[in-house]
Amino acid sequence: MSNLTVDIPRPPLNGFTLPLMAVFAGCFGFVVGNVFAQPLIGFLIGAVVGAGVALLAHNLPRSRRNVRLGLIAIFGLIGLILVGPGAMVAGLLIGAVLSWAAYWLDSGAYRSRVPIYYTAGQTLWHNSFLFICGLVFFFLIAPLLPVMWLSFNAQNFFTFTPEMLNFQAEGYSLKHYRDFLGTEEWMVPLKNSLIIAPFATFISVSLGTLAAIGLSQSHVPGRQAIMAILISPMIVPLIISATGMFFFYAPLGNWLEATLGLNRSFVGYLKVILAHAALGVPFVIITVTATLVGFDKSLTRASANMGADPVTTFFRVQMPLILPGVISGGLFAFITSFDEVVVVLFVGSAQQQTLPWQMFTGLREQISPTILAAATILVTVSICLLTTVELLRRRSERLRGLSPG
Amino acid sequence: MKLTTTLLTSTALTVAAGVAAHAQEMANDMTFVSWGGAYQASQQNAYAEPYKEMHPEVSVVWDESSNEAVAKLRAMNEAGNITWDLVDVVAADAMRLCDEGLAMEIDHDEVLADAPDGTEASDDFGDLIVSDCFIPQIVYSTTFGYRTDMVPEGVEAPNDICDVWDTETYPGKRSLEKRPINNMEWALLCDGVAKDEVYDVLATDDGQQRALDKLGEIKDDVIWWSAGADTPQLLADGEVFMGSTYNGRLFSAIVEQDQPIAMMWDAQVFDLDGWIVPAGLPEDRLARVMDFLHFATDTQRLADQAAYISYGPARASSAPMVGKHAELGIDMAPHMPTDPNNAKNTFLYNYEFWADYRDDIDAKFQAWLAQ
Repeated sequence: MSNLTVDIPRPPLNGFTLPLMAVFAGCFGFVVGNVFAQPLIGFLIGAVVGAGVALLAHNLPRSRRNVRLGLIAIFGLIGLILVGPGAMVAGLLIGAVLSWAAYWLDSGAYRSRVPIYYTAGQTLWHNSFLFICGLVFFFLIAPLLPVMWLSFNAQNFFTFTPEMLNFQAEGYSLKHYRDFLGTEEWMVPLKNSLIIAPFATFISVSLGTLAAIGLSQSHVPGRQAIMAILISPMIVPLIISATGMFFFYAPLGNWLEATLGLNRSFVGYLKVILAHAALGVPFVIITVTATLVGFDKSLTRASANMGADPVTTFFRVQMPLILPGVISGGLFAFITSFDEVVVVLFVGSAQQQTLPWQMFTGLREQISPTILAAATILVTVSICLLTTVELLRRRSERLRGLSPG
Repeated sequence: MKLTTTLLTSTALTVAAGVAAHAQEMANDMTFVSWGGAYQASQQNAYAEPYKEMHPEVSVVWDESSNEAVAKLRAMNEAGNITWDLVDVVAADAMRLCDEGLAMEIDHDEVLADAPDGTEASDDFGDLIVSDCFIPQIVYSTTFGYRTDMVPEGVEAPNDICDVWDTETYPGKRSLEKRPINNMEWALLCDGVAKDEVYDVLATDDGQQRALDKLGEIKDDVIWWSAGADTPQLLADGEVFMGSTYNGRLFSAIVEQDQPIAMMWDAQVFDLDGWIVPAGLPEDRLARVMDFLHFATDTQRLADQAAYISYGPARASSAPMVGKHAELGIDMAPHMPTDPNNAKNTFLYNYEFWADYRDDIDAKFQAWLAQ
């Protein structure tokens, strides 16, 4: 690469930075004004403030750091004085966003990521695209944050109390976490979920992988039809599968108990595990089939040529190569079982009550924030799990020399 | 085997009834069905825990499915796989289950303990035994609570059921249950119908329309609820000014959660909640359930339950034994719906009427809601 750089010209103040900032800050003003039931006045004040920020940024391009810090502090202070500590946080955030946007526009940094020959329209689209992507992430993740915040509520309601909004210690407590971790009401369902999900995953991964390998052979008759049937649990509405499974497993369970004399709770777990395994199989089949597309069939022939029997070939040659597909299918199967509430409501009895079941009834009958504590813990655990899996995957790829990173 | 049990229990004294039940093999796992929340906790504390102390080999699993007990019992019956041993339902559901043969008929005097003074169980429970399958536990009421801090200044706090309709004096949303029962009666009461004529009027098409028209006056101000926890949540949020729900839920929000809410007992509607035993239990499980029932519905146990929740015990002999709240130590009697101060103006839920008219009025009500 040559070190040829082009200086991006600073855009004009009056024709560009100032009106854009006025509109942008006006939107913030509109939202803030809504809190005081004066959205239009809020918009006007916001527009004036935005214009002021744009002027500052234009006239003091060199002391960006100090101006930004000063603006953030001023906005935070206004929030603190006008409303309280809660509004101070909002003020700090608005100050940071506004001052960043002003310098971003004024310095021409909005063009730094696009080729120099881009027209204004193309630049606008490039930045709007980034903005839309950001919004998508925001709408995916934002609903989780109030849930996590509310889970530290000192009250037994889904309500942000004034104490919480003002960040006072007495508005917060860990009692919902104590409820979750310290009572049988929640620990038994958690234990059940942790029994059912791994077994169901194991069964669906074993059967699903075998089915996918079998169906990838071209000589199997009626491949498409078999595939469609195996994938149907994913397509048929869950409530219909659940009703069918209820009437299928009830006599089966009775027979196991009466004729084979098996323990009632063991039969109960068995029914739920088998039902969940059926739900997880399609995910495994789809992901494994996808990885098998890239699998070189001549490798199995080479292996056979060297005297390995099919089972050895599978475990030593084929399995390591399709492992990523198997693992992600297994993850899907695990999540399906771990999140599932409809089938377990039908097939399971109260002894097999799983975590989603408990959350479902708790939400309907009690509206207790313990559910929020449970949700927060689950989200944290799944983030940790996924991060670990991803890190391990990258590590093994690196060790096998598949990726340069 | 069943004949022996019957013979034994019917000839033996009440005390011996327990012994007779012990004579046969009893299952050690029980699944109880209840409503969850504070109510289920009160049953655990007052009935199940003491029973487990006496019988350490017994384990109890709770299923919070009382809301759909009728549907689930039908499905279980059809599949021939009854997984429940004892089900807590409201009286109306008990009557339906009994009619359909899904609940077992109980000889109350034989199964249940006498009162301490020797009164037979059927006399002690009295009129509350509304069905042969039904073993009453508590009397609860559906009544209104309101936000004390949202009462406009200079205005008296609401104390009349018709204040629900008075949106000028008491502005703000109301929360009402998403079903006709209770709402229709309250609407007619506030439309000038005398209390003892409400069901006569409601039996006619004109009367039903009249009740819906009256409800229509406040339709724009109503948030409809379907779970007992909704109204306390809405009140705690300040989203509604007043709302109807079960009195125990309001008690919990007011006394245990310390919310700025007060009760408006006027025209509270009494209803009953109790146990039914599913029909078709195997003998060992039935024996265990009967043993538990004998213990859990005696005078002391019913009075104990009132230490955890503000519902009135169904036995007449339990009422004088109602004591203090188990954790807060406050007197529970003034919080009972049956307390004379609270029961100045009460309304009796008419089971027969609703059994006959429920489907019809339900359809009209839902159609009206959707308009």
